[in-house]
Amino acid sequence: MELTAESIVFLIMSAITLGGGLLVVSARNLFHAGLYLMVSLLGVAGLFVLLSAPFLAGVQVVVYIGAIAILIILAIMLTPSVTQLPAIFNRQWAFNLALAAFFFVLLVSVVSPIMGELGVDAWNADFTQKNPADVPADSIVNLGKDLVDPDKYMLPFEVASVLLMAALIGAVLLVSPDKAKADEGGED
Amino acid sequence: MVPLWMYLVVAAALFSTGLFGVLARRNAIAILMSIELMLNAVNINLVAFWRYNTPLDLSGQAFAVFVFVVAAAEVAVGLALIISIYRKRQSVIAEDVNMLKW
Repeated sequence: MELTAESIVFLIMSAITLGGGLLVVSARNLFHAGLYLMVSLLGVAGLFVLLSAPFLAGVQVVVYIGAIAILIILAIMLTPSVTQLPAIFNRQWAFNLALAAFFFVLLVSVVSPIMGELGVDAWNADFTQKNPADVPADSIVNLGKDLVDPDKYMLPFEVASVLLMAALIGAVLLVSPDKAKADEGGED
Repeated sequence: MVPLWMYLVVAAALFSTGLFGVLARRNAIAILMSIELMLNAVNINLVAFWRYNTPLDLSGQAFAVFVFVVAAAEVAVGLALIISIYRKRQSVIAEDVNMLKW
């Protein structure tokens, strides 16, 4: 692979994403894991920029890093006794690691041309295309129009808003202090 | 540009990392964070396939937006559940939550 500026940025962003992800699952201190999650999400935002989806990169930074990761860190601080466990993995972790590694090898053998180079025919899907057509400059405008177009994504869009509303009301109900007090007053 | 399979390999690695976290971590919040990693891997795949195969049709980006919405809803309800369980059991270790186990 020739090292253009774009491929160097791709390698850096991939390293940030994957390094952050590995630290998320291996950090002993849960608070640090939350901060590494932010780093990993920032790497994904960089990959979105490279894929010429700047709107999604912005949403990634605002929604994921600004809202979801902060919410997770708040929850970590609200459950303080467990940020530093003696054992962070369960007893089956070695088997689970082997399972995840096997899954990764399986995925890579399908999506990358490695198996074709090794001489196995008709195993990997051909995802080697390099130079796609340019993205039109008004793709963000079209995305906004598509999302509220009755012939395209208007129904999923409205269903998504109802889902978000239901989730937020459910979250408030689950953690409302009155309900917790009523539960303690019950027989259990 | 970088060939498409490189993005897919990065997404596969991120997904496998999240899969290991979901299967092996004991803390329920760590499991939620690993699920976020898996959802992000899916989003990379959606946007990469949109960019390389159908840059004129914005379905890939639209689906990525819906994944954002579902992730936000999932993390809100998941964390509410975890905090509620912590109030009852003083623990967020997934193995300690065995009320439904006979």
